[in-house]
Formats: sequence, structure tokens, C-alpha cells
Amino acid sequence: MKKKRVAVCAVSQRRNESDLWYERFQGMLLDLLEDLRKQAGFHFEEEGGVDMVVSCSDDIFDARTISDGGVTDVLGAHFRAEEKIAQEGLNAVAYGASVILSGHADLVLVMGHCKESQGESRNRITNLGFDPFYGRAVGLDFTNTCALQARQYMTSSNVSDRDLAGVVARARRCGGNNPFANARQPVDPGKVMASPMLCDPIRRLHAWPVSDGAVGMLLASEERAGEFTDKPVWITGFSNCMDSYFLGDRNLVGNFALRKAAGRACARAGIANPAEAFDVVELTDAFAYQQPLWLEGLGLCGEGRGGEFLREGGPGKCGVNPSGGMLCGNPMMIAGLYRAAESVLQLRGEAGKRQVKGASCALAHSSSGPAGQFQSVLILEA
Amino acid sequence: MDGGADKEHCFVVEARMALPNEYFAGRTGSRFLTALRDEKRILGVRCPSCGMTFVPPREYCERCWSKIAENWVELEKEGEIVAHTVVRYEDRHLPKKPPYILALIQLKGADTPFPHIVEGVDPAYVFPGMAVRAVFAKVPVNTLMGIDHFEPL
Repeated sequence: MKKKRVAVCAVSQRRNESDLWYERFQGMLLDLLEDLRKQAGFHFEEEGGVDMVVSCSDDIFDARTISDGGVTDVLGAHFRAEEKIAQEGLNAVAYGASVILSGHADLVLVMGHCKESQGESRNRITNLGFDPFYGRAVGLDFTNTCALQARQYMTSSNVSDRDLAGVVARARRCGGNNPFANARQPVDPGKVMASPMLCDPIRRLHAWPVSDGAVGMLLASEERAGEFTDKPVWITGFSNCMDSYFLGDRNLVGNFALRKAAGRACARAGIANPAEAFDVVELTDAFAYQQPLWLEGLGLCGEGRGGEFLREGGPGKCGVNPSGGMLCGNPMMIAGLYRAAESVLQLRGEAGKRQVKGASCALAHSSSGPAGQFQSVLILEA
Repeated sequence: MDGGADKEHCFVVEARMALPNEYFAGRTGSRFLTALRDEKRILGVRCPSCGMTFVPPREYCERCWSKIAENWVELEKEGEIVAHTVVRYEDRHLPKKPPYILALIQLKGADTPFPHIVEGVDPAYVFPGMAVRAVFAKVPVNTLMGIDHFEPL
């Protein structure tokens, strides 16, 4: 039997900004939906229309229980199958693709949003991601747990403060070519090194800027993809992996979850040598130190070689984050969805000034949870 | 995609989420937390089949799926720093006034470290392997903050 395939037929991104107080996330999503319809010409009729809408949002960021309840109308999700992914948005793509592969749907809309600016404190929100007894009470959040990981990683892979400044400076240079990025201004490595410590060894400019945004995409079965685009991008591999809950149970520099996720996704896509396979690698790097760490986990850089790899200009040579990555600002929860959208633009040859010439295979990655507990990898091909 | 740039007549409603709630610590967690609070003892659970001693405690070993909840072992109140950071930002969820040291601390007798606070030392002099001991809270506390902090030996 011929293997079923799923195509991404259209993508639309809201430009990330630091404080879209004058826009409702519902309005942002509606703009994306209309843009997607203009690109792909789909409809919502019972026969041949969108079968299912998968949204992605977070209850605490939206300050609303069952946060999809606030957006189903503008997503065209009434009167058809509707689901919400309360998890990093790359998994919403995988969920939509799974429904198509199961044969239960041909046409799925994936729509994610998050306005980080709505909450008074991003760290207080991630503190609520911990149990009340052992984690929350001790004040853990995603910044200070990542700082514990960052310190261990910089030691084990010989990464210096100067190396991390270089990661941020390169991210901003790339972000300058991406009209959807939040932080598009270049930054001098010296300025990064002079920015105050947030949580040693993480400096303020090592952290992604507070961002608001939304991303939408249309997925279709292979049989129907041609109705919506001449340039389908195929989902050829996906996997994710959840590492242990307790921080102390994990080897914070071992990339256990990412190695598992990447290995399974590559196996699905028939990729034997990940180091050679990808023209574009879109990484979710919430903090600068994560870029070399995740590159080790993906096998693009040898274990313990992160520092050396950065000094050799490895990320540029490997097509890492031509979009600028999360370091230029995406909201949590949908940073991976932005990575997927950027990968699709690259594979369609529509990435403008940030286009990697002739890109035919891309990897979109997401990381969520404290210190990268949960890792997802999506492989896309032109 | 950009929405309208009109910022006139835009009203932002200020709100607050706050809901007092209960959360059962579980039978295993209850034993751990009350021993810490009432007896100033730090308990771990030991997996009989893979030999690992875990803290905080849990009912099952996630590595070999053995039930370990009743296999309590008392850990020493001393251990060493595995990794550390200095929290320098202020926020209301933080239990101490910054700057303060947050560290992964592995107690003698345990195979896994857990995050906690270190006081009484300049952050510049903290290093992996540094020996520390638990200082218990002076008033009863129902969480892991029953240990108020760790201090160098």
C-alpha cells in the first residue's frame, strides 16, 4: 500500500511584536485565516471544506479556562471537528497531520496564538508549570531552571560568554532579514556581553524578548493538496519526547529527549545521516546557550563540541535559523509553529532576503518545559 | 499580517487571576512533607530493583516501573552542590529576595539532586562539589521550603 502523505499548503504569520495591546488575539487569528483563504482558496462547506480546526493556546497566558473557547468562532471551527493543543504548537501540526493520516479528514487548519504581554510576568506563569510542593514553592521558573542547565552546558561543551554573544549577534543579523521577527535591530556582541545578568550565566540579551504573535497553516491530504497549492511542502517525519519531570532526575546536558525525538523523526523520514540532510534547521532557542546545546542533540554538532562549533561558524554553515530564531522573539507555546512556518517558506522558495538557496529539506524544532524537558522535531520536504 | 493600526478607542480591561485552592500531596508526598515539617527528617525512596534513591519521593520508579513508595530511606542533611545560578530578577513567586543562589543539591544517600537555595556564601565562591547542609525553617512549612535553605559546611 502506498504510504499516505500530508502537505502543508499555506502558512501565514503575524509579525511578532512586544506589546500588541491594541489587538485582540482573535483579530490576529482572523487576519491570518483570511490570508490563508486568499492563498489557498478553501471554504467551510460540509462537502469539501475544512474538516477540522486544531488551535493552540495556553489557558494561563490567555487568562481563560479552556482557552480555545475564546477563538473557535474566528477560526471557522463551529459546526465541525475542533480540538485544542495545550502544548507547544509544533505538536498541533503533528496532531492535524495525524488526523489526515488516519483518513478521518482531508483538510485541517492549524491556528496558534499567544500574547506574552498580557500577563504581568512570564516567569510567574512558568512557575505555575511546577508542582506546588517541590518546584513552585522553591521559586522555579523556566528562566532559573534554564540557568542551571546553561551553567552545566557551558562547562561541559566549552562555551564562553563571548560565544553566546556571537549567537545573539548572528540571530539579530538574520532576524533583520525576517519581516515577521520581533527584534530586528542588529546588536553588537560587546553590548550582549555588557547586558546585565538575569540569572547567571544567562544575560538579559541571551533571553528571547517578550513577544505577541499568531501563526496559521493549512494541511491537506496528498489527494487534495493540488486543489490548494502548486507548491506543497510535505511532512515526512515527526516525533516528540518527554523527559523526566524532576529536574534532578535528568542529565541536563545529555539531550536525552531531543536525541529520541530527532532519531524517531529521521527514521520516519528515511534520513540516515542528519548531519548532512537539512538545508535549513529552524531551532527554538529561547536562550542563547540552547542553540549549540540543541545542535548537539540533533547530531549536527558532536557531543561536547558546542563551543568549538560556534567558533567555527557552524550554525551559519548548517543553515541554522535564517529567520533569526526564537532569540528574535516569538511567544512561548507557538515558537515551534513559527519554526515550521519559516521552514515552509524556505522550501517554497518564498523566504525573501533570508532564503537559503535551493532548500529542499528542513527541520523545525521546538522545546518546551523547564530546561527543554519536552522536545519535538518536524521534518519537511519540498 | 498586520491588524489595524488604529489605537483610538481601544480599552484594555485590567484583571487578576487568583483562586485559593487545595492540592492533595498524595500519600507518598504527605509522608515526605510531614516528616520534613514535624521531624526535620529528609526522606527518599529507594528502588529495590534498580537501586536508585530518589528525592523528592514518588510512588513508582520511572526507569523500571517498580513500586517504591514504601521503601523509605532517611537521607543525610548534608550533601553537595551539583550546579548553581544566581537569581538576579525580582518577582513575586520567588521565595527569597534576589540576588540569591539557586542550586541543584545532592544529599548524601540520594542518587538524584533537587533544586534549592544556598545562603551564607558569596556566589563567586560557589563551585560544583561544594559541601552544604540543610537549615530547616523555624516555623512549620508545608512544602520543600520546610528546608529554609542550605549553607556551606
